[in-house]
Amino acid sequence: MNAVDLTPVEGNAGPFLSVRDLSVEFLSEGRPLRAINGVDFDLHLGETLCFLGESGSGKTVTMRSLVQLLPPTARIWGRVLLDGIDVLTLDADRLRAIRGSQVSMIFQEPMTALDPVFTVGHQIAEVVVWHEGLSWSAGRARALEMLELVQVPSARRRLDAYPHELSGGLRQRVMIALALSCKPKVLLADEPTTALDATVQIQILLLLRELQRELGMATIFVTHDLGVACEISDRVAVMYAGRFVETGAMAEVIDSPRHPYTVGLLNSTVHAGSERGKLAPIPGAPPDLLDMPPGCAFAPRCPRVVAACREGVPDLEQLAPGRSARCPRTGSPDC
Amino acid sequence: MPATVDPPESVASDPAGDGRPILSVSGLRKYFRLRGGLGGVGQAYVQAVDDISFTVATGETLGVVGESGCGKSTTARLLMRLIEADEGEMLLDGRDVGGRDGMSLRTLRRNVQMVFQDSYSSLNPRHTMAEEVSFGLTAQGVKRAEAHRRANEMLEFVGLEPAIFADRYPHELSGGQRQRVNVARALALNPRLLLLDEAVSSLDKSVEAQVLNLLIEIKERLGLTYVFISHDLNVVRFISDRVLVMYLGKVVEIGPVETVYGSPGHPYTRALIASRLSVDPRRRIEAPPMVGDLPSPINPPSGCRFRTRCPLVEPVCGVADPVLDRFGAEPAHLAACHALVPGSGHSKAPDRSAGTALETGGSPS
Repeated sequence: MNAVDLTPVEGNAGPFLSVRDLSVEFLSEGRPLRAINGVDFDLHLGETLCFLGESGSGKTVTMRSLVQLLPPTARIWGRVLLDGIDVLTLDADRLRAIRGSQVSMIFQEPMTALDPVFTVGHQIAEVVVWHEGLSWSAGRARALEMLELVQVPSARRRLDAYPHELSGGLRQRVMIALALSCKPKVLLADEPTTALDATVQIQILLLLRELQRELGMATIFVTHDLGVACEISDRVAVMYAGRFVETGAMAEVIDSPRHPYTVGLLNSTVHAGSERGKLAPIPGAPPDLLDMPPGCAFAPRCPRVVAACREGVPDLEQLAPGRSARCPRTGSPDC
Repeated sequence: MPATVDPPESVASDPAGDGRPILSVSGLRKYFRLRGGLGGVGQAYVQAVDDISFTVATGETLGVVGESGCGKSTTARLLMRLIEADEGEMLLDGRDVGGRDGMSLRTLRRNVQMVFQDSYSSLNPRHTMAEEVSFGLTAQGVKRAEAHRRANEMLEFVGLEPAIFADRYPHELSGGQRQRVNVARALALNPRLLLLDEAVSSLDKSVEAQVLNLLIEIKERLGLTYVFISHDLNVVRFISDRVLVMYLGKVVEIGPVETVYGSPGHPYTRALIASRLSVDPRRRIEAPPMVGDLPSPINPPSGCRFRTRCPLVEPVCGVADPVLDRFGAEPAHLAACHALVPGSGHSKAPDRSAGTALETGGSPS
């Protein structure tokens, strides 16, 4: 399988993160369940890549497997090169050293991701003390700096607040501060604004965009929301049933989607310009990962299916540099 | 889908045929008492719904939007009588519910049904789909065999083949299928008004579109009236005729959906609408339309509850409670903001003598 080139066209430095043929299998009631199957991508510093897909498409599993944050029953194959280090071969201690310092993660639900019995200042300081060997007072000073960076109002007072004393938006800011406290090179964000209200969501997205620009991290952003993806990412990988089905620059994929699933997703999304009347949804439901159809996983729902689609899994074909689609019919004239 | 549903027997679908309100609510209030406080001293209340009034016209879809904690779900529960209001009146077809001359709870629930957000927790895990859909019917006195026949009919109506789905349990269905069962259950009693509380919010986009289409189709076919509660402004615009905007337990704006989205009056509505994300990476939002989070609904701000986040805040906003009033050319478009009311004392208020929007917009009656 050929690797998807997610390199910006003008970029010449090597990718900071390089993933090849990544697959993850879980055991579900004794049967192997392939959650992701042969994911390849490269990511450069300063770039934001979005995994877009519905529940069960494998977007979160892909992200979590980059730092091996998966249950012990998971089996991972493939190669994850982070600044030249093969992450999948690391032992628990080396992994712990990387998590939170080189790569850190923001979760969907800050209330469950933050520890309820420690103040937020303590939680941020702990990370700095652990990773950088600083004193607790230096850690606390960094915590204050971080809360100011993420624009928490009255940051000094909030250092001594417990998570339950903060609103949802502030908790998410604290989690971002925690994630960035050791200046990571890669930020993994798993639906960080899904649980927030619209007026707070846009504040957090703008903050993340600003921090990304300032700190030059490589960011991976997992979302099911097309609007969020358009607001934050440079490039997108659309996922379906554990595979990338389409990749490209965000604007290109929105303007001229090449995979029928992406087309269906765009048609199903009610957006600001949607005409009243009927939507054109994708019929049916995503496949059961324990009982996958032969060939293309989208074939049973696809309006453009041909016999070849059911014979083998189509390759992710490169259409242009950084642009690819996994559909045998992308080249056909009625596309 | 076969048209197998008869018009409701209980109340005719539009008795006068004049688009009169099917539902009218006035002065509805619900405070939840929090634990703590001594003998009423320092007692805290969550002012979930505070003196709201609105009507729902027969056959329309009224969208209700607002952020978490604004009271939209509490409102739905009050309308359904799942919780009792502290104060206020609710009339269904002009008739009160409860009281001496009012209709019974049973009649109310035959006419008004609800679909909840979480399709899984709102179905009994030990009921098959046929049992689930027929449960309400048997509770209303329909014979078992007849109720089962009707359940199969309803399952088919929402696009679930009874031969496949009637004997399945909730865990054997996908989220979209479960939500279809919830819709079938709500429709089984031939209600006239459906309260949809975030009914599509937890579904994946491709499935959300299917359920939205289903809701639009059954509304047309059965002549239903919807109250559609959602935090998703795009979906509300898509499905609603009118929209009601709530903030911290108050109605801040109400009006025809295109008018409210096109020329919002209340600063909160404006910020809410500006927070919608475009599906175009070249048209990104550059500055947040509003800063800060929703304040706690426990002991909310005095006067206008939005004043702590409002860009137009002035001293008058902390003193007087703004009243929902007409302000523009559209008579059905109301907002509660001092900056829109002549003579309110707000510096941005239109000048009474110079011809206000109200006067130039045509005579009030």
